Amino acid sequence: MEFEKEVKYLTKKERRKIPLQHMPEMAPEIRKDCFDEVTLGYSLHEAQMEAARCIQCKDPACVAGCPVGINIPKFLEEIVEGDLDSSIDTVWDKTALPAVCGRVCPQEIQCEIVCVVGKKKGVEPVAIGNLEMFIADWARASGIKNNPAIPPSTGKKIAVVGSGPAGITVAGDLAKKGHKVTIYEALHRAGGVLLYGIPEFRLAKDIVDYELDALRDLGVEIKCNQVIGRTIDIDELLEEYGYDAVFVGVGAGLPNFLNIPGEDLNGVFSANEYLTRANLMKAFDFPNVDTPIIAGRKVAILGAGNVAMDAARTAVRLGAKSVNIVYRRTRAQSPSRHIEIHHAEEEGVNFHFLRSPIEFIGDASGRLVGVSCQVMELGEPDEGGRQRPIPVGDEHQYIDCDLAIIAIGTSANPLLTNVTEGLELNRWGNIQADPKTGKTTKDKVWAGGDITLGQATVILAMGMGRDAATSIDEYLKTK
Amino acid sequence: MYEVVAREEMADGEIVSNEILAPQIAKKAKPGQFVIMIANERGERVPLTMAKVDKEKGTITVIYMVVGKSTRLFSSIKVGEGFRDVVGPLGSPTHIEKKDGTVICIGGGTALAVLHPITKAYFEAGNRVITIVGARTAKHLILEDEMRAVSTEFHICTDDGSKGYHGFGTDVMEQVIAKEKIAEVVAIGPVPMMKYTSSLTKKHGIPTVVSLNPIMIDGTGMCGGCRVTIDGKTKFACVDGPEFDGHQVDFDGLIRRLQAYNLEERCSDNEYCKLND
Ligand SMILES: Cc1cc2nc3c(=O)[nH]c(=O)nc-3n(C[C@H](O)[C@H](O)[C@H](O)COP(=O)(O)OP(=O)(O)OC[C@H]3O[C@@H](n4cnc5c(N)ncnc54)[C@H](O)[C@@H]3O)c2cc1C
Ligand SMILES: Cc1cc2nc3c(=O)[nH]c(=O)nc-3n(C[C@H](O)[C@H](O)[C@H](O)COP(=O)(O)OP(=O)(O)OC[C@H]3O[C@@H](n4cnc5c(N)ncnc54)[C@H](O)[C@@H]3O)c2cc1C
Ligand code: SF4
Ligand code: SF4
Ligand code: FES
Repeated sequence: MEFEKEVKYLTKKERRKIPLQHMPEMAPEIRKDCFDEVTLGYSLHEAQMEAARCIQCKDPACVAGCPVGINIPKFLEEIVEGDLDSSIDTVWDKTALPAVCGRVCPQEIQCEIVCVVGKKKGVEPVAIGNLEMFIADWARASGIKNNPAIPPSTGKKIAVVGSGPAGITVAGDLAKKGHKVTIYEALHRAGGVLLYGIPEFRLAKDIVDYELDALRDLGVEIKCNQVIGRTIDIDELLEEYGYDAVFVGVGAGLPNFLNIPGEDLNGVFSANEYLTRANLMKAFDFPNVDTPIIAGRKVAILGAGNVAMDAARTAVRLGAKSVNIVYRRTRAQSPSRHIEIHHAEEEGVNFHFLRSPIEFIGDASGRLVGVSCQVMELGEPDEGGRQRPIPVGDEHQYIDCDLAIIAIGTSANPLLTNVTEGLELNRWGNIQADPKTGKTTKDKVWAGGDITLGQATVILAMGMGRDAATSIDEYLKTK
Repeated sequence: MYEVVAREEMADGEIVSNEILAPQIAKKAKPGQFVIMIANERGERVPLTMAKVDKEKGTITVIYMVVGKSTRLFSSIKVGEGFRDVVGPLGSPTHIEKKDGTVICIGGGTALAVLHPITKAYFEAGNRVITIVGARTAKHLILEDEMRAVSTEFHICTDDGSKGYHGFGTDVMEQVIAKEKIAEVVAIGPVPMMKYTSSLTKKHGIPTVVSLNPIMIDGTGMCGGCRVTIDGKTKFACVDGPEFDGHQVDFDGLIRRLQAYNLEERCSDNEYCKLND
């Protein structure tokens, strides 16, 4: 649909006629063979058309649906007006990583699900996530960074442990208050799951690097190869290194296994290992890089969340002939974003629902050749109202595979918490922190992100980082 | 960059030692712990045990056998150059105490680099330490003087008889066990050697510690690639180990998993050798 005049001069009535602007994407046949980003981004015109679909609610439901409360109608109207500088500032006011959130936030269950435009039957809500991606990409392409004038140094020092979204947010917020911040990261590159977990085709790594550069511009120092709890302890950071406060954002990086026979066969991976090899170590480029990966001709993925989709789509790109997602519940119960399932299907991934893996089968040399699954059906709903899968007699399905990837979630890694005195944990091993401030039971120590929430989302980790930064800043003022 | 301050070749260059400036790691390192090192931008993460630590100079020393692409690349790094990344200390340190009885430290090949700091710690804790070291030939024997200096009794064995006892270290171990009360055996070497040693000591009921070297990536418990089966349970060697009770280790499983990338690794090494010919 085209208009004679610029989008900003459209009447309300005309605006209401604008159809959803679909996000341009690379065709499945092409993207299957490369790691380039699938979403190509809106043009300015497409963005303005999409943003103009927003009816500028007085009491916007979308803002309430966003965990960090971005002023959505304002940033959208600024796009319509063509005032992109103001628009990106509006977004930055609440999120440090809009290019990331726009791409990976589960918008469909947060800001977009409540959008009034989408309440009308047959009409899609405003594509808020796509617009957030647009404005952030515009800023990056224009070389604009979120670095306001920094007040004079307060002389206070903060150590941030972990460089995922929680750590990045805390570091940025505190640096902007004039504090000296140092990030300590265990791996040899910064970015957390954004770097080693979420694949390039969903979130290009130069976006993460750009955000980290913006942090460095704010005076934040990022030290890699620092395993806190081994290289340095938290108490040493506080006492010997003289930090006034420590924020712990170490994520939930301990892979869960199925604990079924055959799990130690060659060819059985945790999703963390598979994705780390592919993303962080760039094993897809082997032997131009030194880290190998088993490519897999027939691949089985156990689990159906975002992580499972990422592993499946990575396997497709590494040349698998068939990729099969095996999940013990139904499609509707899958915790993955719909768009990920859709993209995976477009790329030829097969789904086997109501199948529960019970044994990995190997050949004489210990290589995986298949996985045996119990056929399930839905039984009575549990306390949460969710129907539980139960076995159907002894009906089985055997799935041929030379590569199996276990993607059934992660737990808290005890490496740091085991050696840190005074840091109380909950019964799952996550750090206990005040939900409003992130303050832990240990003096001068805050925590946030997946290490406190269990495996959650980028935006929740960021939100907690922001709250913790506010709390740390208040605490530092009293000293 | 982590600078190489000294470099030494042993066994005609098959084994290389690098002393690396890494004060932070040196300060914290304990016997039994390892580091993960990356040569350059494209390099893989390679775990190596710290064979020596000089806390005053702030250096750590790793000794490695040149077996594939990464160790070959490492061996080409000259004094004054360095590694892109070195991270550590990783793994749980050896549990060292004064034992009620003799401690046997038995090992062979490059694993003597791993065994040396542990032997030294046992010796310095006041234990009677009988050390049995093995090598393919006299030429492949490393750290001989260093090992002798931290042993109450010292035995050398070579496969070809070119030095010391002609035969396996486990033969000597059996002779020692027959003569005196052994409180503990520490066995570190190729997996088949640790497997055999553990089966012997199990018969005699002697507690045995082995050090496992599965393929690792992060070394912090994040990937699960280093999982080993101990007493039927899955453990991560990088955080729960690398040392385990030899009587409970599924050695066959470990041997299998170590071969997971053989094909890929040979391909990588061949490419590298071609380029450097
Ligand atoms: C494959 C995958 C796909 C995902 N997809 C989505 C998605 O589409 N949308 C979404 O919202 N969320 C997604 N998530 C979840 C999301 O990435 C996480 O919730 C988020 O990254 C958590 O952020 P964090 O800052 O708490 O920790 P992390 O991102 O996990 O970062 C923690 C960092 O701390 C470092 N660290 C750990 N221990 C130490 C230590 N002892 N010393 C120093 N550093 C340490 C780690 O190396 C890591 O870099 C996905 C997760 C995965 C694994
Ligand atoms: C905790 C630990 C401590 C170690 N300490 C020493 C040491 O002090 N001296 C020493 O010579 N070697 C040590 N190793 C083994 C060393 O890491 C491997 O020899 C090295 O990774 C081989 O790399 P490559 O590319 O040269 O050879 P490749 O061609 O990659 O492999 C040769 C063999 O090494 C093994 N290997 C490959 N990659 C890894 C990896 N990432 N982790 C572990 N093993 C691997 C494989 O089983 C393979 O058969 C240790 C291993 C571990 C896990
Ligand atoms: S941060 Fe996430 S929830 Fe908030 S507006 Fe952006 S996409 Fe929606
Ligand atoms: S709910 Fe929808 S229409 Fe209303 S302000 Fe938000 S985006 Fe615009
Ligand atoms: S090396 Fe990754 S968990 Fe041990």
